[in-house]
Amino acid sequence: MSTHPTHNEHHDPEGSKIGMWLFIFTELFLFGGLFLVYAVFRNKYSAEFHHAAEELNAFIGTMNTVVLLVSSMTVAMSVTAIQKGNSKKAIGLLILTVLAALIFMVNKYFEWSHKFEFNLYPGSDVVKGLDHGEILFYGLYYMMTGLHALHVLIGLVLLIIVIVRLKSGRITKDHYSLHENSGLYWHLVDLIWIFLFPLLYLIT
Amino acid sequence: MKNDKHPHISSYNQHITVLLVLLILTFITVAVSGLHFSTFSVGVALIIASVKGATVLTYFMHLKYESLFLKLIVAGVFLVYALVIVLTFTDYLLR
Repeated sequence: MSTHPTHNEHHDPEGSKIGMWLFIFTELFLFGGLFLVYAVFRNKYSAEFHHAAEELNAFIGTMNTVVLLVSSMTVAMSVTAIQKGNSKKAIGLLILTVLAALIFMVNKYFEWSHKFEFNLYPGSDVVKGLDHGEILFYGLYYMMTGLHALHVLIGLVLLIIVIVRLKSGRITKDHYSLHENSGLYWHLVDLIWIFLFPLLYLIT
Repeated sequence: MKNDKHPHISSYNQHITVLLVLLILTFITVAVSGLHFSTFSVGVALIIASVKGATVLTYFMHLKYESLFLKLIVAGVFLVYALVIVLTFTDYLLR
């Protein structure tokens, strides 16, 4: 902007970080409501929840947990890399993160389509014939993992935008707010999964 | 602000250590769920999940090195969050 020296771009990394955190709080309460519904119905129908949860594939759940934890680390490392001015390394680490997100979604696809084969989806005749508690469990399972998967997809798009901007040099050592905030969003996706995983897949 | 010019940079090794801790905790949760403690295992699973969550917030989300203001609002929101869940659930249980 050398022709307009008075129109300096406004940068407020601290302010945008606080804004990102405020958004994260609203996300926490969105999932918090679902966790509360889960707690109430699990208390009311513990036997049915136990029975229905045995249908879930704990192995895929564990695998996806590991995938998300690793991806959280690669995002955190990519922020370290850009802070040190190494945008090539930051891009490489973000590509690993995007790959991890894709692995997560492919696993989810196989997990869900396997259930659909057995007609285990909300509103199907098989699910309608189950006990009331089991219907509620499947409703919550699809709602919570579905909403979480939507967040994975949004995070994926954000990370790709960050990669593009790193390549074009718009995110640099001095201006990396978008990178940092997208990282925070990705950690939020991980944070929610940390609670979803034991509550849905590991009921014994 | 001096902090703005020199933000804290977490080392790569710290991120690796945090990941290892999170993976170990994950495998403990999976192992404990196989032991069939019934109601007790829910508590253990939630405690381990909370420790994992706190680790992610502290190190990956960089809260340990943020301003006191940000730390306080995050702590405040989690307090409200816990209160909303505990109060609503208690209300449900005592009906």
